[in-house]
Amino acid sequence: MVSASGSYYLPHKAKWPIIGSLGLFTFMIGFSMKVLGFGGGGFLLILGLLIVLGMMVGWFGEVIHESVARLYNEQVDRSFRWGMIWFIASEVMFFAGFFGALFYIRMYAVPWLGGEGTTGVGQFTHLLWPDYAPEWPTNGPAHVGGKFEPMEAWGIPALNTLILLSSGATVTWAHWGLLQNNRDQFIKGLIFTIALGVTFVLLQAYEYYHAYTEMGLTLGAGVYGSTFFMLTGFHGMHVTIGAIFLTVVLLRAMRGHFDPEHHFAFEGAAWYWHFVDVVWLGLFIFVYWL
Amino acid sequence: MATVAEHGEHHESSPPKGWLRWVTTTNHKDIGTLYLTFALIMFFVGGAMALVIRAELYKPGLQLVDPHFFNQMVTLHALIMVFGAVMPAFAGFANWMIPPMIGAPDMALPRLNNWSFWLLPFAALLLSSTLFMDGGAVAAGWTLYPPLVLQTGNALPFTIFSVHLLGLSSILASINIIVTIFNLRAPGMTMMKMPMFCWTWLITAFLLIMVMPVLAGAVTMLLTDKYFQTSFFNPAGGGDPVLFQHLFWFFGHPEVYIIILPAFGIISHVIPTFARKPLFGKNSMVYATAVIGFLSFIVWSHHQYTVGMPVPAELYFMYSTMLIAVPTGVKVFNWLATMWKGSLTFETPMLNALGFLILFVIGGFTGIMMSQVPADLYYHDNYFIVAHFHYTLVGGGVFAIFAGIYYWLPKWTGIMYDERLGKLHFWLSFLGFNVLFFPQHFLGLAGMPRRIPDYALQFTEFNQISTVGAFIFGFAQLLLVYVVYQAIRGVGERVNSEVWEGAKSHGLEWNLPSPMPYHHSFEGIDIQKAIACE
Repeated sequence: MVSASGSYYLPHKAKWPIIGSLGLFTFMIGFSMKVLGFGGGGFLLILGLLIVLGMMVGWFGEVIHESVARLYNEQVDRSFRWGMIWFIASEVMFFAGFFGALFYIRMYAVPWLGGEGTTGVGQFTHLLWPDYAPEWPTNGPAHVGGKFEPMEAWGIPALNTLILLSSGATVTWAHWGLLQNNRDQFIKGLIFTIALGVTFVLLQAYEYYHAYTEMGLTLGAGVYGSTFFMLTGFHGMHVTIGAIFLTVVLLRAMRGHFDPEHHFAFEGAAWYWHFVDVVWLGLFIFVYWL
Repeated sequence: MATVAEHGEHHESSPPKGWLRWVTTTNHKDIGTLYLTFALIMFFVGGAMALVIRAELYKPGLQLVDPHFFNQMVTLHALIMVFGAVMPAFAGFANWMIPPMIGAPDMALPRLNNWSFWLLPFAALLLSSTLFMDGGAVAAGWTLYPPLVLQTGNALPFTIFSVHLLGLSSILASINIIVTIFNLRAPGMTMMKMPMFCWTWLITAFLLIMVMPVLAGAVTMLLTDKYFQTSFFNPAGGGDPVLFQHLFWFFGHPEVYIIILPAFGIISHVIPTFARKPLFGKNSMVYATAVIGFLSFIVWSHHQYTVGMPVPAELYFMYSTMLIAVPTGVKVFNWLATMWKGSLTFETPMLNALGFLILFVIGGFTGIMMSQVPADLYYHDNYFIVAHFHYTLVGGGVFAIFAGIYYWLPKWTGIMYDERLGKLHFWLSFLGFNVLFFPQHFLGLAGMPRRIPDYALQFTEFNQISTVGAFIFGFAQLLLVYVVYQAIRGVGERVNSEVWEGAKSHGLEWNLPSPMPYHHSFEGIDIQKAIACE
């Protein structure tokens, strides 16, 4: 533990946080007005998003500036690392909530709807729908959303698994390049990773299009559609964020930032990337395959 | 732009002028003040709602408000008190006290610290604006259970987004606290030497990071169920409303420890100081806190005994819940042992700490009663539970906040508050609180349901007593505002750095000047020597 107050960088003013709050506030009001059907909601929603985006560019820009000016010592670097680790932990728990919902529905809710279990709610629920045979996938006893086909695991999803796993390898290859001060390998590795990430998102977009237009599989297709789209959708959003994160790192790398000792931004992006990778494995197994 | 390293021309020992100081500040003391001020305002907003509830309940029948508005008051009172008053108050203490307690120059991520606070006013604005919307504010109770909550009018999306903002704020603040404690301790300040308040906040922050995202996910599912045709909580589509209860209480149970653990921390400072003895069993306090944190994750369904869970699940949640009494007992006995043969004096912080101890133990005992499935089937959703959680969250949480305010206020302002008025505030609060909530045990046992604006005639007397207590407790808080305001204005005796007799051996912060300098708390202080002295 290096001694503290001597050299720990402390910024004295911060204007971006309040701008970020205003942006989120605008976005949330816009979103609410939009779902309630009020005019102007869409406008506020986009305006809010733009403000948040501007805040991120400005705030990260400031931090990058200070980092390049070597204002940060090793201890500040450690703070960033710990911060990123706990941020990812919170993201893991966000997905854990949705996975928990999926498991609960498959293990308990659906069997109980079919009348299983003599001590719990199962003894009552089947009175409502005596003909319902519990199965997975399901859109419930009322067939909410109409007929649908479940998504097959061994097509695009399997390919996407391959893509994301390879991207985990390429980002590690980029890290090796950076550690050996091999800038060429570092940049190439980043480009491969981003390309694989973008391919993943495009394939998933195609899969969604296919689901909506030909399979009858929509967000409204009962609880299967709900869990399928919310889990894969939030994951896809995180892949997109991770790809943007890596792109910023790539642009910085091309400007000559980072050296074998100072590259927290790259490692943060790589950790984040591995995190979306691991979440995908869970999705592939529990949403697509089993 | 200055670094702490570069003293000299950038050195500012006094805060900048103007209101923008408060918007752009990255100073942990400023942000602590912001949190505490915000919490105080919300305490009065939520308190006013509580008085509406109690005024309506003074007599059977409907007199002041209609039932729908009554339910909105019940819901908003809880949300505002939990997320707007108690949690920000403890975050304020964390900001003010953690850096000086561990010998750090500030919080580890000062800009993020600013954002953690400045999300809160916007969340409060979103939430309170729903009162004026078509259909009124959310009225389904703070637990937001579907399908009832899905009948909310235009308020629903605003309420959900408000919860998102509150959650984001908590997560960011928690990340900052954990990073500060892990990375900014002065050399020599080992984890086991670290003061209890830092320990309890460390575990609280961990709990927040683990459970807030789950709440965010759960309310997102409410949003999509209502507006995007999903079926998470709709059995017709294969979902289950009970799923929401599991997700909510996976958050909600740790949440009550999130509120009480920092309170334990404050009490673990106040009692040793006024007993003039070191905290008894410091290490066991740390382990007990960690065990409570762990257990909080595996007991959530004791809030759902009546929902129709399979019996083995009910048994499991019953036994795991009872286990919590063990580490909590460790804490209570350690506090008692700390006082044993101590040279006790009863200044206002100590009075509040003792008030905490008595009230929290009562709340804890009723908790053990309700942990038992067969008994809880009767207690569920009646005034017994209302009395129970107010004994833990107000008797526990809020009285610890009072204790902390009186304990550290001289350190923050350099002024000794008015001891006479402080004591009066305590006695009025303690009396008012018990008159308010103790009769609610009887009401509950007699069968009066919670969240109902009207009641059967036989409940009248206890309700009237309770309402009288509510107004005593509520108006007593004006004294707190006056006492704090006077100290901030500088009216009163100046204090030295130690403030309380012998306090130097109870924490690093008592080595610092009172008030602590705006920047560089530790300038000219030998941290190593101070740590060694403890």
